[in-house]
Amino acid sequence: MSTTGIDARPPSSIELDRRAFRRQQTTRSTLIAIVSTVVFAVAAWIFVINTPGWSRVQQTFLNWDVAVAAFPRVIEGFWLNVRVLIYSVIGVGIVSLVLATVRTLRGPIWFPLRALAAGYTDLFRGIPLIIVLYLVGYGIPGLGVFPRMPAEFWGTIALVTVYSAYVSEVFRAGIEAVHPSQRLAARSLGLSYSQSMRRVILPQAVRKVTPALMNDFVALQKDVGLISVLGAVDAVRAAQIETAAYFNFTPYVVAGLLFFLLALPMIRFTDWYTARVRRREQMGSIV
Amino acid sequence: MSLIEPGSGPGSGPGSGAATPDAAPVLRLVGIRKSFEGTEVLRGIDLTVHRHEIVALIGASGSGKSTLLRTANLLEQIDDGQIFLGDDDISDPRAKADRIRSRIGVVFQHFNLFPHLSVLDNVTLASRAVHRASRVEAERRGLELLDSIGLADKAREFPDRLSGGQQQRAAIVRSIATDPELLLLDEITSALDPELVGEVLDLVRELGRGGTTILMATHEMAFARDVAHRVVFLDKGVVAEAGPPAQLFEHSENPRTREFLARFTA
Repeated sequence: MSTTGIDARPPSSIELDRRAFRRQQTTRSTLIAIVSTVVFAVAAWIFVINTPGWSRVQQTFLNWDVAVAAFPRVIEGFWLNVRVLIYSVIGVGIVSLVLATVRTLRGPIWFPLRALAAGYTDLFRGIPLIIVLYLVGYGIPGLGVFPRMPAEFWGTIALVTVYSAYVSEVFRAGIEAVHPSQRLAARSLGLSYSQSMRRVILPQAVRKVTPALMNDFVALQKDVGLISVLGAVDAVRAAQIETAAYFNFTPYVVAGLLFFLLALPMIRFTDWYTARVRRREQMGSIV
Repeated sequence: MSLIEPGSGPGSGPGSGAATPDAAPVLRLVGIRKSFEGTEVLRGIDLTVHRHEIVALIGASGSGKSTLLRTANLLEQIDDGQIFLGDDDISDPRAKADRIRSRIGVVFQHFNLFPHLSVLDNVTLASRAVHRASRVEAERRGLELLDSIGLADKAREFPDRLSGGQQQRAAIVRSIATDPELLLLDEITSALDPELVGEVLDLVRELGRGGTTILMATHEMAFARDVAHRVVFLDKGVVAEAGPPAQLFEHSENPRTREFLARFTA
């Protein structure tokens, strides 16, 4: 018997009744959601425009002419943020994987490396990013051994330094979440420690922690704006310059919107991916 | 259907036409001792597995069967004794453990296939990573092996799309893809639904006929009796009795063996 015979059978009247009821429930929920959203938005809008300072705030933060005038400079600065982001992601990926792997090494011979990696992650998860930016951005060039590099270079180094500490912990959690029997199976086949790490453990570990990694990526997308404290003319710095020129804060709002638009696809993708992973793991349940 | 080059030709041993064991020892365990946190699990085990021989380890849970297999593959460090693979003392810490493990195939109770690799990549990983075979060559051999167990059409699937029996057969094929000198089977049917046990045991039987040297821990008494050349009964960390299946299962003089076997026939 083929399954098409089963599929072709019309549903019973009881099932049809249940489906009609569920459809009705869905329509009702959607309507309630739309109405409550509109009511809330209108109420919020009315409250804001009736605040005593609204017209002044509108003038200094939401000035269309200033936004248009400042846009070219801000977007030019924003392009620097995007480039710093790309280099940072690559740097963080490499450094954090090395750190995580070092921390999972066994055997007394690796103790110094292991302790160093542990100390590193402790230290840079404990220091505020902005302080690391100042220390790296002004301290390292101050040593006088490196050629003169632009501020964004040292900013990228600082970002990689701090984010690698966080991301390596995420990777380490992933490595430890791979069942030990996988390592046994790999070693039984004659794979060396590093071969089983590279071909068996890490690929599974990365899959397990992908949602957490994407979350850190979203955070990094915003924190690239902090390189402005070193004087790099990124979106934030450009907005600051424009703000001073027009005596108007609208350029900051423009910069903020650009960051938001950059982050939004990743935020949505992260939520979607996390939900999908959860659905897979909780297959066969509706509650 | 031939999975492994036949050894010294078919013989008349037990297990319906299995290759005859010859005198050359493949694995020799001498006085193996192993404790876990003060509990002595193995208390001086002597055991030899000869070429083309199938040896079944039987015994209650906790009798040390799995531990013994793990020590033989250097996944567990022994407290005393010696392990020889061929002529090499592999319990010597100067021995190259990775090299030795690549000479021994292992199949686990829970298959332990790599979930992120296709069935074919699972089977060919050791050839490519350890034996440095080219991908083309490794896949040719891998597909041949999968074809011989009727899983060629599943080669590009991921393991979770296979039934338990198919997964375990793929795991067996993975373990023999590099022609190991010895195959260790650790209760490979214990995690399977009863109706899937047969297909896995048939494959082991097939390997035995082809001359593969096998040391297996098992709870399948009928199977042990049918295919093993020799049965070793482990009790409380020592070899309580060893001999041909007919002797152990039918004419055992050992009260502990009789008591253990009685639980399976009750």
